[in-house]
Amino acid sequence: MIEFRDVTKRFDDGTTAVNGLDLVVEAGTITVFVGPSGCGKTTSLRMVNRMIDPTSGTVLVDGRDVLGVDPPTLRRGIGYVIQQAGLFPHRTVLDNVATVPLLTGWTRRKARQRAAELLELVGLPAELGRRYPVQLSGGQQQRVGVARALAADPPVLLMDEPFSAVDPVVREGLQDELLRLQAELDKTIVFVTHDIDEAIRIGEKVAVMRTGGFLAQYAPPAELLTRPADDFVASFVGKDRGYRRLSFVDSSGVEVAEVPTIAEGAPVESSSDWRLVVDADKRPQGWVAPDSSSVPGGSLYEVGASIRGALDAALSSPSGLGVAVDAEGRLAGVVTARQVLDVIESRRG
Amino acid sequence: MGDIPKYLSDAGTRAALLEKLLDHVYLSLVPLVVSIVLAIVLGLLCHRFRPVNAVLVSLSNVVYTIPSLALFALIPAMIGTRVLDPVNVIIALTLYTTALLVRPVAEALAAVPSHITASATAMGFRPWRRFLAVELPLAVPVLAAGVRVGSVSNISLVSVGALIGTGGLGTLFTDGFQQRYLAPIIVGIVLTLVLALVVDLVLVLLRNRLTPWVRAGGKP
Amino acid sequence: MIFADAFGWLLDPANWSGGKSIPVRIGIHLLYCFGAVLGAALIAVPLGLFVGHTGRGGLVLVGGSNALRALPTLGLVTFLYLVVGGSTVSVLISLVVLAVPPILAGTYAGVQDVDRGVVDAARGMGMTGAQRLWQVEVPNAMPLLVGGLRNAMLQVVATASVAAFVGVETLGRPLLDGIRVLDYPQFVGGAILIALLAVVLDAVLAVVGRLVVPAGVRLSARTGKARPGSAASRRREVPTPVESGGSTA
Repeated sequence: MIEFRDVTKRFDDGTTAVNGLDLVVEAGTITVFVGPSGCGKTTSLRMVNRMIDPTSGTVLVDGRDVLGVDPPTLRRGIGYVIQQAGLFPHRTVLDNVATVPLLTGWTRRKARQRAAELLELVGLPAELGRRYPVQLSGGQQQRVGVARALAADPPVLLMDEPFSAVDPVVREGLQDELLRLQAELDKTIVFVTHDIDEAIRIGEKVAVMRTGGFLAQYAPPAELLTRPADDFVASFVGKDRGYRRLSFVDSSGVEVAEVPTIAEGAPVESSSDWRLVVDADKRPQGWVAPDSSSVPGGSLYEVGASIRGALDAALSSPSGLGVAVDAEGRLAGVVTARQVLDVIESRRG
Repeated sequence: MGDIPKYLSDAGTRAALLEKLLDHVYLSLVPLVVSIVLAIVLGLLCHRFRPVNAVLVSLSNVVYTIPSLALFALIPAMIGTRVLDPVNVIIALTLYTTALLVRPVAEALAAVPSHITASATAMGFRPWRRFLAVELPLAVPVLAAGVRVGSVSNISLVSVGALIGTGGLGTLFTDGFQQRYLAPIIVGIVLTLVLALVVDLVLVLLRNRLTPWVRAGGKP
Repeated sequence: MIFADAFGWLLDPANWSGGKSIPVRIGIHLLYCFGAVLGAALIAVPLGLFVGHTGRGGLVLVGGSNALRALPTLGLVTFLYLVVGGSTVSVLISLVVLAVPPILAGTYAGVQDVDRGVVDAARGMGMTGAQRLWQVEVPNAMPLLVGGLRNAMLQVVATASVAAFVGVETLGRPLLDGIRVLDYPQFVGGAILIALLAVVLDAVLAVVGRLVVPAGVRLSARTGKARPGSAASRRREVPTPVESGGSTA
C-alpha cells in the first residue's frame, strides 16, 4: 500500500507541481495517475521512490515513511519503468535485466538465471538476451524495461508513461501483456499516463489530476465516465464518455436470436433474408445478402463480454444483426441494436 | 614583464607590430574565405554523389592529421613554390580549413528536411536557385560553427610559419627567443588572442545577421 | 625530384644510427607525446568526469577550453622556455597545457551526452552516485573520451615537432636544421617523417579506441538508431574536427 498524506511539492523556480495530495493506492491494484502536462502526475510518482522529495507532507510505502529510508536501498525494492525504457546501451539485454539483483549482491550466475526467467515471463525469446538494446524494436525494449523492473521481485512497480513512445498497435499489445502479468503477479502498480483511454483500459482506480498539482477525482474508471466530479474531469474523459462507459457494462442481459446460416462453399439459393456464412467449425465468415451477393461481416462480440462490443457488432454489421460468438469463436446467435439499447435503458433504473 | 611599456614605447617597434599584425590577418583570413567557397562546392558534391563523400571524408581526416610544420614544408616540394614563399602557408591553411568544413557542410545539406526542398521544387525553383535560396541558407548555422573553429585555429597556426620564414606575429616568438627577450613574446601572444577574439565576435555578428530565423525561435 | 632526394636522405644508413639518428628522435618524440598526454589525462579525465557527473561548472570549463585553443603554440613554448628555463620542462608543460582542453572537452561531453533516460533509470533502480558514474556514465562516455584523447595526441605530436625550435631532439629537429642550412632533402625528409608518424599514431589510437568502447555503445553509434540512447545516435567513432575543435599546431 502507498499513501500520500497532504503531500506538496514546490520547485525552486516557484512552480507548485503537487498541491496537498491525499491519496491511498491499495495493495495489489493498478492505479493510474492521469492528467495534462504540468498536473504533477510524474512528480507524484517520483516521490514514491525518492527521485524527488516532497516539500511538505509524507509518503508512506507499506506504512513506512520513505524519507526514513536511504534512497538507493528504497529504490532497489521498487520497480521503475520509464518512457523509452532507459535501457543501458552498453549492456546486453540479459545483463540489463540482471541489474538490480546484481546491485543487491546476487552472484552473476544466479542473477542471469533470474533474468532469463523474466525474459520468458514478459514473452521474449531467450536468444534476445544476448543482444544489445539498440538491436531491439521499441516494443521489445519496453518489455525488457518491464522485465528489468520486476527482476528483484519488488512488491511495488512505478511506471512513468512506459508505453507512450511506441505506436498504437504495439501499445495495445503491451497493455494486454501488463494486465496478464498483473493477474499472475499481483503487484501494487502506479502507472502514469497522459492518455485517458490508456488509463481507463488498464486502471482499477484512476486519479485524474489538474494543472497546478490538484487531484480532481480519484475513482474506478466506470465511475469517472458515469459521474465525473466536475467539468474538468468531464471534458478530460472526452465527449463520447457515454458510449465508452458501456465498456464497463456486461452484455449477459442481451438475448441472442437464431439466424439462418449457409455452410461455407455451399450453393446459394435466393431468399428474402440475410444469411450468415459459417465454416465447418461454425465460425462466422461473412454474410450473403438477399440479392445473393457476398458481403464481409462486421465486428464480433463474445457472449457476456462488454455491452459496448455487442452494440458495435450490431452497428457494424451489414445486415444490422450483430453476431455473438462463444469463447471458441463459434456462432452463438445474433442481436439487433434495438435489443442492446433496450437492455442499456432497463439498466438505468 | 615591466619591460613591455619600454618595448612598446618605440615608434619603430609599433609600426613593425602593425605590419606583422596585418600580415597575420592576411595569412589567416585569406585561407578562411577561400575554404568557405571550396567547402560549399565540395560539400555539395559530397551531398549529391555518395562515393565522393567517402573519398573526401577520409582525405580530410588524413590532411587534418598532418602537423602544420610538416605541411608547410611539403607544399613547396609538391607544387614547386619557393620554400620561403608565404603562399605555402596560405595553401596549407586552406587545406586544413577546407578539410574541417567539408563534412559538416555536406551533413548540413543532407539534414535539410526533404519536405522543404520538395516544396521549393514544387514552387518552381530550378536546382541551382533552390540550392542558393533554400538549402545553403539553412546550412549557415552549421557552416558558421565550423568557420569559427577554423578562424581560431588558423590564427593560432600562422605563427608556426615563422619557423620557415613567414609567420606574421609568429616572428615575435622566434625573435624574442633568439634575443632571450620576453616582451615581444608576451605582446605576440596577447595580440594573437585578441585577434582571435575579435574575428570570432565579427563571425558571430555575421552569422546572426544571416540567420535571423534562428533567434526568432524557428528551426535552424 | 626533390622527393627523390628526400627519400635518399630518409634511407641514408648514416641517419639511422648514432645519438641523433631518426629512430632515437622518433623515440624521444613519442616519449614527450605519451608523457604529455598521460599527464594531461591525469588532470583532465577526473575533472571532466566530475563536471559531467555533477553538472557543475560546465560553462566555465567550455569557455576556458575555447580560450586555450586560441593560444599560439610557438608563443607558449618560447614563453615557457624563457620563464621556466630548460627546454625539457618547458616543452612538457606546454604540451600538457595543449592536451588538457581536448581531453577535458571529450570527457565532459561524453558524460553529458549519456541519454538522460538511461541515467534516470540507473538512479531509479537504486544505483548510488559512484555506481552510476562507473557502471553507466563512464562506459557510455568512452567514444567521446577516446576521441578527446586522440585529438590531444594529434595536437601534441604536432607541437612536439615545433618544440624542436627550443632545442629538444624531437622529429622537428631535422626539418628545422634542414631549413637553417638550406639542406632541402633533409627539410622535406623531416616533414615526411613527421607526417607519417602523426598518421600512423592516429590510426593506432583509432584501433585501440575501438577496443575500449563497449560493444553495445559501438553498435548504437553505428546503427544510428534513435534509441535507446538518442544522443548516442549523433555520436561518431571518429570525431570530426568541428566537434572536437582541435587545431593542429
